[in-house]
Amino acid sequence: METADRHLLSTSVDPRLQRVQRHATEFHLLEQPEEWQTFEVFHQRRRGEHHVHVGSVHAPDAEMALVFAKEQFARRQQCASLWVVASAHIHSLGYQNEDMFATTTEKTYREASGYRLRHKIQAYKQSVQHESNS
Amino acid sequence: MNPIVELITKLGDDAFILGHRHSEWTGLGPILEEDIAMSSMAQDKIGHALALYTILHEQFGGPDPDTIGFLRNEKEFRCCHLVEYPNGEYDFTLVRHFLFDHAELLRYQLLRQSTFAPLARFAAKVMGELKYHVLHADSLMQRLALGNEESHARLQASLTEAFPLAAGIFEKSPYEDQLIAEGVFAGEALLQQQWLKEIEQRVQAWDLHLPEAREPLAGLGGRYGYHTPYLQPLLDELTSVFRSEENASW
Repeated sequence: METADRHLLSTSVDPRLQRVQRHATEFHLLEQPEEWQTFEVFHQRRRGEHHVHVGSVHAPDAEMALVFAKEQFARRQQCASLWVVASAHIHSLGYQNEDMFATTTEKTYREASGYRLRHKIQAYKQSVQHESNS
Repeated sequence: MNPIVELITKLGDDAFILGHRHSEWTGLGPILEEDIAMSSMAQDKIGHALALYTILHEQFGGPDPDTIGFLRNEKEFRCCHLVEYPNGEYDFTLVRHFLFDHAELLRYQLLRQSTFAPLARFAAKVMGELKYHVLHADSLMQRLALGNEESHARLQASLTEAFPLAAGIFEKSPYEDQLIAEGVFAGEALLQQQWLKEIEQRVQAWDLHLPEAREPLAGLGGRYGYHTPYLQPLLDELTSVFRSEENASW
């Protein structure tokens, strides 16, 4: 009986110690293994926060990628939602163009940090406090 | 035995034994992602067992959860035969996981209405994990059943083998009527009916079929302490570290 064959009784059934023997001729083996893709995983900790890229998973399709991503990336931390995107669908401006990101000219005037406002804010706060005290 | 103690013992033992079986795949899963998912679900199951044994300890003055898990005799376990079976190859593991976790999700949906508050509270808490276990089982079953000739044949062979054993999940306890009358649990018969509907629907959609002839007693006995020859070796292995130094604190 095949069932009996499949579950040979032994002292240990842990497959790390003993694998169950199976008749390999029963099935037609695939000539070409199916290709799986990688999916990039984005994790959102709480509603309203950004989804943050946390890594990737192998999966045959997006739904399975979500099933796997849930255990890999949402198991040990709080999670409100997960996204997966096929890695092939990510377009990047890569390292070969890194020089484009460099800024050489002085343009701190375009950045908020270019403005020195702290002393003005403090002066304003003091004046308001002064008024309310008097 | 107190009917509620009997009920919680069997639920805890199912989770404990199946959790151990699932953990036997750790490091050996078919692919990394699936290995992680199966191992993580194994931990969930052990966690369920711990929570249930804790209820026995706190509400009924039973021994502490470790003692319940590690120091009982085989005869005192109330798990069903299905969870005791060796993992076999991944197809059997997967089909068992599918059959068992559908029953588990429905069971805890019923138990949310339990008049025994600690059990109702646990049922509400465990729902999310069980939802995932069912999603995981369904997702893989569907793809493999509709995959190719080999994957379909393997699932069918395992389904033919595991389905009759699954009847043991619903083996009635000696206190069945009392549990129903007191509103503790809606009963195995109702659960099995709901479960069969879910299973049939999916199996049909996936081009699999349930075996026709069923041994009337297949899979039964576990709830009364009569187990397969696979349970004792499992317990020996599972408890070997604990028994090596029983008074150690881990």
